[in-house]
Amino acid sequence: MADCKQTLRELDAFLDDELSSPTREQIHSHLGDCVDCLQAFDFHAELKQVIRRKCSNDEMPPGLLAKIEMCFNEDFDGDGIIGSPDTASPSS
Amino acid sequence: MADQAEFAELAMPYMSALYSAALRMTRNPADAEDLVQETYLRAYRGFGGFREGTNLKAWLYKILTNTFINTYRAKKRRPDEVDLDDTEDFYLYRRLGGLEAANADRTPEAEVLDAIPDELVKNALEALPEQFRMAVLLADVEGFSYKEIAEMLDIPIGTVMSRLHRGRKAMQRALYEYAEARGLTAAQPASTESSGDD
Repeated sequence: MADCKQTLRELDAFLDDELSSPTREQIHSHLGDCVDCLQAFDFHAELKQVIRRKCSNDEMPPGLLAKIEMCFNEDFDGDGIIGSPDTASPSS
Repeated sequence: MADQAEFAELAMPYMSALYSAALRMTRNPADAEDLVQETYLRAYRGFGGFREGTNLKAWLYKILTNTFINTYRAKKRRPDEVDLDDTEDFYLYRRLGGLEAANADRTPEAEVLDAIPDELVKNALEALPEQFRMAVLLADVEGFSYKEIAEMLDIPIGTVMSRLHRGRKAMQRALYEYAEARGLTAAQPASTESSGDD
């Protein structure tokens, strides 16, 4: 049976789904019994999602796709054109 | 070759995500573009060696990571800002989490975190020294397992865990300091509306 100390120590690995049973089950069980640890878990789970969301939403610069298509003469996005419309050659 | 014809269809969907990751690594849009282009070139050329059914995303990110390390690592554009000296565990949680419990009008933690501007979060990640930035990026942003990250970076799993642990703490601290500098951590005045029966 996991206690608060162990739970908080293993919180990262638990969050990352890297614990093997039975440790994972023990911590899961403890979170069901302990409001304080559950609150800490919730916070860190939320933080992880926020980081993922906010760090992966950059707009691709216009022209990067076209550059890559022209780089190796392949119609990547299937629009029938290699490169951008003004510089393009039609893909065959 | 048939393999390479497939490449466009399979690898295209990852382009935008790879660009974001490249931006976090290089911290410079021009370098990020070059890095993505170089990555696709290498991936395209090496696609014959990719085993169908294995993890394409991990394969692409490994190429991205290796290309970054070999080509751009030397080109540091600005000094790393965050000191990896000992930051306490649960740095952000101690300051933001659980505060609300004492407050009648608690702002759910999810809202507090979500209100942090995207730019601040990106800056906090980019402020980490490279080794720690890579670990946090690959784990928290891209969702790779410790094992996958270990393979990508060619380091032991224990090192992944250690860099992740320290990197996350340092990022939390940077996040808090940036938010504080922007006046975002000041306590909210209690609302005059009650949330329920008194």
